[in-house]
Amino acid sequence: METQQNNGFERRELVAQILRDRSDDLLVVTGLGSPTYDVAAAGDDPRNFYLWGAMGSAATIGLGLALARPQARVLVITGDGEMLMALGALATIGVARPSNLAIAVLDNRAYGETGGQASHTAHGVDLVAMARAAGFKETAHCDATDGFDAPRRLLREAPGPVLAACAIRSGENPRVMPARDGHHLRARFREAIGVA
Amino acid sequence: MRDSDQGDWREALYEELVAARVSQVAYVPDAGHSHVITRCHEDPAITPIVLTTEEEGIGVLAGADLAGARGVLLMQSSGVGNCLNTFSLVRNCGFPIVTIVTMRGEWGEFNPWQVPMGQATPATLEAGGLVVQRVDDPGDVRAVVKHALHMAFEGGTAMAVLLSQRLIGAKTF
Repeated sequence: METQQNNGFERRELVAQILRDRSDDLLVVTGLGSPTYDVAAAGDDPRNFYLWGAMGSAATIGLGLALARPQARVLVITGDGEMLMALGALATIGVARPSNLAIAVLDNRAYGETGGQASHTAHGVDLVAMARAAGFKETAHCDATDGFDAPRRLLREAPGPVLAACAIRSGENPRVMPARDGHHLRARFREAIGVA
Repeated sequence: MRDSDQGDWREALYEELVAARVSQVAYVPDAGHSHVITRCHEDPAITPIVLTTEEEGIGVLAGADLAGARGVLLMQSSGVGNCLNTFSLVRNCGFPIVTIVTMRGEWGEFNPWQVPMGQATPATLEAGGLVVQRVDDPGDVRAVVKHALHMAFEGGTAMAVLLSQRLIGAKTF
């Protein structure tokens, strides 16, 4: 079991790099916990749909959104624990195969919100291999030795479905809390893309 | 019940999905839904999404709604409990989730393993914030589905329609 990753990205820096220069057709869904705070820290945007619960739903929300909005790029940013709760969703996405869906797994190999208990990825469970086996078009392990360009290109541009598991260094960041009112988050998202 | 009546209510259900402009139909297969699943796969205006477990469908429908699209989740009563934590999307965000549930665990059910979740289905859906409507008579399917879809997509109320085992016919082996 290995939770420390010396070649991991600093998570806030990685998320900021993935999201920089975003256009209006980039729609973001975040998994609860740190990914929600990381995306908020990169700059709030009405085209972000932040989850504060419903653990395991980030990928499927991304799927429904991607199928309904083929002209947009849908980027799910979540953690290893949240993705592990939705392994079946990898199979569901592998069947639906939306070319505009990408999933970034910020993999710190731990349940960071609950005391840092080792997750399955710390024991070698490979989310990238699972996504590939499920039929994802592009999959990769990314770490800081290769820089930001590889995950950014995959997640923003590569034909999907894409899953990039990005190694994340352990460490605490200040919490950046976006709005928690789900009715507000839903309404402003729909208004921002013109479907309200 | 004659076979032709059964065919009629199953087709009526599909026709109401079309009339309500439903564009995503997520499902875990069930024999009672097999006709509408087949029809959705034949319809280029509907994207069918086969799920590995029912709670995936709540996420899919929420995502569809974020883009202004209308989705419906087809499942069996045994899958309703799988969705419970994802019903926070209903209560917290107001997503107009619609699910059409084929019932097991009642009306001559031969398999006792279907009974606990079948009997808990209405309470589980209500706990999740959905309004539950039940259909026993094949002649009522069209109207109940039509009005449930209207309450959801025009009124924003999350809805569940239970197709009873009396309607579908108890499974026999």
